[in-house]
Amino acid sequence: MFTEEQIRRYSRHILLPEVGGAGQRRLLAARVLLLGAGGLGSPTAYYLAAAGVGTLGICDPDVVDLSNLQRQILHAEADLGRPKVDSAAEKLRALNPDVRVVCHRTGIDRGNALDLLADYDLVVDGTDNFATRYLVADACHLAGKPLVHGSIFRFEGQVTVFLPGEGPCYRCLYPEPPPAGLVPSCQEAGVLGVLPGIIGTVQAAEAIKLLLGIGRPLVGRLLTYDALEMDFHTLAVHRDPACSLCGDTPSITALGEYGFSCEVGACPTA
Amino acid sequence: MSVKVRIPTPLRRLTAGQGEVQSQGAAVSQVLADLETQFPGMHERLFDEAGQLRRFVNVYLNEEDIRFLQGLDTPVGEGDLISIVPAIAGGA
Repeated sequence: MFTEEQIRRYSRHILLPEVGGAGQRRLLAARVLLLGAGGLGSPTAYYLAAAGVGTLGICDPDVVDLSNLQRQILHAEADLGRPKVDSAAEKLRALNPDVRVVCHRTGIDRGNALDLLADYDLVVDGTDNFATRYLVADACHLAGKPLVHGSIFRFEGQVTVFLPGEGPCYRCLYPEPPPAGLVPSCQEAGVLGVLPGIIGTVQAAEAIKLLLGIGRPLVGRLLTYDALEMDFHTLAVHRDPACSLCGDTPSITALGEYGFSCEVGACPTA
Repeated sequence: MSVKVRIPTPLRRLTAGQGEVQSQGAAVSQVLADLETQFPGMHERLFDEAGQLRRFVNVYLNEEDIRFLQGLDTPVGEGDLISIVPAIAGGA
């Protein structure tokens, strides 16, 4: 049952026939793991907390740095040097005390990935390098967890949804990561500060749709966004029967080695 | 055939900042070859040493990934849109 306060807090959701009281209860019962409390994770976390997603796990090993504040809106100047998970938890609890925020002050790696995912219904990837992207994609597929993928580079972003058993996976989309050294590192690349706000918010919308079971998620579709041209395109993504992870005869059946590269964009820069 | 090609930001230094350019050809391979003629340096960024499209760069004809059509031999029509979409991994 809702409290009086919850009925008021979530009234604009409850008024939507597609959500209603039943949908809002689903959100309150849902458990979402956010990987990264940075550029993408900030808006995603805020909107999922505001929406009343009952349990939000926040996984991030880093502390807040001044160079983060150009885009990572969960954090403020007073948080400099604090663990991002602590800064995030404080902001999210202040926004909505209904939300149970679980802090995982760690990176995700092959040793902890499956344990981390086990307690959650859905994963939102806001990590920042290819090695972790492939690890997360493999782990979610092996664990059967829906994954809302978002990535950014300079002025461009991409969002898609991977539902194990119901569509393509990350390795169908991009079979292999670029070799180390071919692409700029995190620090070298630069990013338009508002870009993760747009892409992270789209990820939040997809996560909420999946939790509610409404609409048409970005399964088998890649949404691309270009801030300079200001256009969105939707491209088809197909399951590859020869895929090493989800194909007919997969070669990846457990988490492997992913390297430690920090590259964020694939095209060798001109 | 004249087609439009969407250029991702990392490659726009080759196109003087243009995000969309015109290119000619009857198949995707010819369109990409014409891009190299117009914007030297494009080829080595899209293809590996063996002449294969790099595994982390996808090329789409309209909404379809050419890997699931006829690859580089996929025929193109007048006014088609080709998109070059590299994998990206930033998020912080």
